[in-house]
Amino acid sequence: MSATKDIRLMKGNEAFAEGIIRAGCDGYFGYPITPQSEVLEYLSIQKTKERTGMVVLQAESEIASIHMVYGGAGCGKRVVTSSSSPGISLMQEGFSYLAGAELPCLLMNVVRGGPGLGTIQPSQSDYFQAVKGGGHGDYKMIVLAPASVQEMYDFTKLGFDLAFKYRTQVMILSDGAIGQMMEKVELDEQIPRLTDEEIIKKYPWVTTGKTSDRERNYITSLDLNPARHEILNRKFQAKFKKIEQNEVRFERIDCDDAEYLFVAYGSSARVCEKAVQLGRAKGIKIGLLRLITLFPFPYDEVARLAKQVEGILTIEMSAGQMIEDVRLGVNGAVQVEHFGRLGGIMPAPEEVLNVMEEKFIKTKVYA
Amino acid sequence: MTEEIIIAGFGGQGILSMGKILAYAGMMQDKEVSWFPSYGPEMRGGTANVIVIISDERISSPILNQFDTAIILNQQSMDKFEDTIKKGGLLIYDPNGITRHPVRTDIDIYTIDAAYESSRMKSSKVFNMIVLGGFLKLKPLIDPEHMHLGLEKSLPSRHHNLIVENEKAIEKGKEIIMPKYLLN
Repeated sequence: MSATKDIRLMKGNEAFAEGIIRAGCDGYFGYPITPQSEVLEYLSIQKTKERTGMVVLQAESEIASIHMVYGGAGCGKRVVTSSSSPGISLMQEGFSYLAGAELPCLLMNVVRGGPGLGTIQPSQSDYFQAVKGGGHGDYKMIVLAPASVQEMYDFTKLGFDLAFKYRTQVMILSDGAIGQMMEKVELDEQIPRLTDEEIIKKYPWVTTGKTSDRERNYITSLDLNPARHEILNRKFQAKFKKIEQNEVRFERIDCDDAEYLFVAYGSSARVCEKAVQLGRAKGIKIGLLRLITLFPFPYDEVARLAKQVEGILTIEMSAGQMIEDVRLGVNGAVQVEHFGRLGGIMPAPEEVLNVMEEKFIKTKVYA
Repeated sequence: MTEEIIIAGFGGQGILSMGKILAYAGMMQDKEVSWFPSYGPEMRGGTANVIVIISDERISSPILNQFDTAIILNQQSMDKFEDTIKKGGLLIYDPNGITRHPVRTDIDIYTIDAAYESSRMKSSKVFNMIVLGGFLKLKPLIDPEHMHLGLEKSLPSRHHNLIVENEKAIEKGKEIIMPKYLLN
């Protein structure tokens, strides 16, 4: 093992917590919930006030947490909250206000099974909420889907960068499996937190106290003038368009010669990766398109692959949510089917391979 | 090389930490590793299990339902996991508390009297390291030097005085593991 690299065995939740510290986070506000409680636990053990000066605060509720994020983001600080599904539902009003005020921040959801209190086991049934907008109004947020503990770490810095580049919320949509499992993580050097002077210079829109040489900065989502508010909304839409053009991310696994394709993200993508290996060992040419950004969605890549393969199977731990976007991309070019487990059960590699064979290969009619 | 292992038994037996020490040691030996726990409303006396994968290549799925090795430490886990071992795979179990012994003939079955041995060593806490020693005797994936580093990394520094005792337990496990047919 190389002596210069800082490599550790960490849980996904711990890697996320270490990631935000090292990415120069100024404040974390959260409320514990299984299966993401290790985030607050880890941050508390780290004594961040002494380590980087970062504030870590256990708020009285998720609603308080997200509005503390609003306040911190309004000052141009790098702020974060995280929770699991029921807690994220409570935060939706705050998400909408953050979108309306164009405030950059990092959010993380370690998804568990729903609806309601549901279960504490892993699930992917919050796709619609994250990607289509759980709060009110015409808004989107960038949604990153980590499939490994390393990505739970890496996406913190990426998330902050994207949030400030576009003045938008970025959500890391994880799940109970990625949050709870341990893998090897390679850590980077600490990025220093910005000073107040640096923030004011870098982000002229922040509310840090009016000086005599500039106009007053307002941060609000309210504008009662319809004409002005339409212009504002068009500006939001132009921003989401730009994100769609520039920020699509995905990984192609064995796609080049694939005749059948899995589309999946997060821990389901890991299961599919094994199924691809098992399938190829049996001589079936399967590939996997692993989604890294869920918004923006890689419609163009899906469309390209739809022309190449004979069938697409989406694997999600939900009743079928992402499949709607896959079908939009495919646009009828090839058959798309869904397989998912519900209630916190994870599919096994043999199971998803079996479904692929049942749905597309065994039923194939040879001319 | 890829070794896919499930360790299963009662909460409180040190199942999760055994897996963690093994994964950490694997990492110290430059292997790819993953550690996937059963998490949930588990508690002391309930069931617990962890899937550990050690590999020379990138690990695809951390979640599996077939294993190269199953280390089984109570009856419930025997009932649940005996059938999940791949043909030609390995089953290690502590016969203490087992009422229905494994019946498969297409796998290698070994027993390790770790509960008895840990009480002889006057420390129930080294039980899991005795079992781990037995596994390492049959599958020497990790050398002692990296096991030592794994223990150092996974135990908090205030417990580093216990590393020697743990290593002794690993050595004991290597001595006492035996094929099932020698039982009785």
